[in-house]
Amino acid sequence: MSIFGRRRQKRLVAKEERAPMPPVLVDEALVRPRLDGNSSNLDKRLSGSRGIFDRVRALSSSGAVSVDELSVVEEVLLRSDVGVSTTNVIVESLRTNGAPDGVASAVRQELLDALGEKDRSLRVDCDEGRIPVWLFVGVNGVGKTTSIGKLAKREVDAGARVVLAAGDTFRAAAADQLQLWAEITGADIVRASEGADPSSVVHDALERAKARNASLVLADTAGRRHTSSNLLDELSKIRRVADRPPGQVTETLLVLDATTGQNALTQAQEFLAAASVTGIILTKLDGTARGGIVVAIQQELGVPVKLVGVGESADDLVPFVPSEFVEALLEA
Amino acid sequence: MFDALTDRLERLSSSLRSRGRLSDADLDAALEDVRTALLEADVELGVVHAFIEAVRERLSGDVLQQSLTPGQQVIKAVHEQLIEVLGSSALKVTYASRPPTVILLAGLQGAGKTTTAAKLALWFKQQGRQPYLIAADLQRPAAVEQLRVLGSQIGVDVFSASTTPVKVARAGVAEATRLGRDVVIVDTAGRLAIDEALMREVRDISKTTSPHYTFLVIDAVTGQSAVETARAFHESLALSGIIVTKLDYDSRGGAVLSARGVVGRPVVFASTGEKLSDFDLFHPDRMASRILGMGDMLSLIEEAERTMDADVVAESAGRMMSGQFTLDDFLSQLNQVKKMGSLGGLMKLMPGVSKEMRTAASSIEDKDINRVEAIVRSMTPKERRDPSVIDASRRTRIAKGSGTTVPAVNQLLNQFTQMRKMMKQMAGGKTPDVPGMGKMASLAARSAQTREQLPAGFEALGAGMAAGTPRPGTNSKGKKKKGGRVTPPKQR
Repeated sequence: MSIFGRRRQKRLVAKEERAPMPPVLVDEALVRPRLDGNSSNLDKRLSGSRGIFDRVRALSSSGAVSVDELSVVEEVLLRSDVGVSTTNVIVESLRTNGAPDGVASAVRQELLDALGEKDRSLRVDCDEGRIPVWLFVGVNGVGKTTSIGKLAKREVDAGARVVLAAGDTFRAAAADQLQLWAEITGADIVRASEGADPSSVVHDALERAKARNASLVLADTAGRRHTSSNLLDELSKIRRVADRPPGQVTETLLVLDATTGQNALTQAQEFLAAASVTGIILTKLDGTARGGIVVAIQQELGVPVKLVGVGESADDLVPFVPSEFVEALLEA
Repeated sequence: MFDALTDRLERLSSSLRSRGRLSDADLDAALEDVRTALLEADVELGVVHAFIEAVRERLSGDVLQQSLTPGQQVIKAVHEQLIEVLGSSALKVTYASRPPTVILLAGLQGAGKTTTAAKLALWFKQQGRQPYLIAADLQRPAAVEQLRVLGSQIGVDVFSASTTPVKVARAGVAEATRLGRDVVIVDTAGRLAIDEALMREVRDISKTTSPHYTFLVIDAVTGQSAVETARAFHESLALSGIIVTKLDYDSRGGAVLSARGVVGRPVVFASTGEKLSDFDLFHPDRMASRILGMGDMLSLIEEAERTMDADVVAESAGRMMSGQFTLDDFLSQLNQVKKMGSLGGLMKLMPGVSKEMRTAASSIEDKDINRVEAIVRSMTPKERRDPSVIDASRRTRIAKGSGTTVPAVNQLLNQFTQMRKMMKQMAGGKTPDVPGMGKMASLAARSAQTREQLPAGFEALGAGMAAGTPRPGTNSKGKKKKGGRVTPPKQR
């Protein structure tokens, strides 16, 4: 049992003597995030999406594409949240260029072209004497804190000395959630009380990282609406602080929920402007969510998707490989 | 929210309004635009098709012979269909004859269930009920802790235990009964996607607690998968309604239409901001009007009625128009605005407010208003009545007293003088285009332009005045609540 649990237990006893109201009894140490989990491949996890693309694959004609086929392609893409404009572009391309190798192959190629060749590695290279910082940004409820936990696990396992900065000082218990991850992964964590200035938390984390000779800082931020310029300003400030020596921001990762529709594009635009996003983590890419908006984002903004979350266990945050992504959608 | 859809249909309406007749080709083009708009708004494809066909149906036959212009016909048909899909009336929450009324919240991870549980509890509390929260989400790390913190913020007790979700739910309801609470809200765990384990757990909780209401919490920014989610939960739980969250995002909110269209149950509540009080009943008719760019006057008026002190507003509005507006009035206006929640939220409700203005308004936070308030509160009554007496020494004193700087005080005074001048002009002034709102909008627009140099509170004043405008001193409660739209009364 964690220190947490004991403390809560003690508080509980004390409270019960005073008041008849039962306070919270839960010991959350019992329900920690799972670390094991069978890491089945993306292909399997994308089975929900695949079903729909089967229909494209089934279209076996070659050369000119019929109106019916085009409308199936359109429907498939739209239902996958690819979006109206990107869908129109692909459909138009099929209409004019035809599909000599079959419709499925043509759609696959179009999707691959849209995703393009990008550097999808997470960078840690920085100036001499500075510590690389990965900053995590995004709207509420997309899985920022969880993504940090999973990445911390990965980096610690790979031998990095990681400090987590609990920069989400807004959401109740967000720091507690990150603390659990720190305990599990063995990463260091710097946190402040709720409502504290997130920039100062990041600053403190950098100081700690320097003192402990850490090799990587992962900084959480509060989920924020991309429509509030004040909150975005705050984010810019956090980024500036994180980029000050001894820190150096090498990655600003926008966490996007794959179930999000067209709004994801707007989110990406706003966060790109406010915090110079360098990559995207697409979470919750599983049975229900198709994640098609990735295509539009990369095509229109050029921000590469670097990681995808395909499950709940810690190993389920995997590198994004476009060919795999598209293959998994199209191959049976 | 729904911005793109609104824009789209507005453009559609203006192009159609210029036509005399509606040909088949016109209709097809118009419906194609509606289709694109809905798809861009994330409405699910099947729902879109059904929607389009229904609109076509409405427009076919003798309906076209009526006195409306063709453009109006399409708008009307789309509007009516929107209302129909969104639910023709708000669901009325009734309470169990034998309390407690049990409410179960279900939904996917990250939809906002836990926050919604707290918001819902606060809402019931405001209705004079005694809510009780049960934290049965034992899955997400710190979810219980989050609910406990939120519960303490709103003064609602939270029950949980480290057993199993089902046991927690059962024990919680029993405890609520023992304590005589009349509304119990059960927060459940979310999963990444619909899976059998999740469904079984929620179903078991549902069986154990036999909830009077089961609400699906769905994120307004959800894409096409909203339909599958809604359908799966509905088949498993027999939903009584939907709660939509994150309606404050600029998302077009098509998920609302999708879920509604598939589940066939009304959207009951909507969460429109980060604050726990940013939560209210969902009004389909108003939403439909808003989608079509008619603004949401009803919500605005009701909000104003709920939070504004009629006498205070009438009094200062009267003085405002006679040019005798003092800093005291200014302060009370500010406080009225603060009571109504965020300015950005307020601006959204008003028709004819541009996106830029909304962005400007949303940047004003309570902090700025507090700063302006501090400055005004550091003045003597005499200074507030007549700011012209404030000399250099007084300025220094005020700056010190409010913890700000002399330039900040100067800025506020300058802007206040300007504002007063503008009001005088307005009071004697030209008739605005939009009844009631035009002056305010242009005023707010002007302050938005110069926002960089302004203490934010002045924009707040603009909105405060606007909010006060529809109420010329009388309190006609409930009178205007029926019907699709309300024409704001003329300014006095």
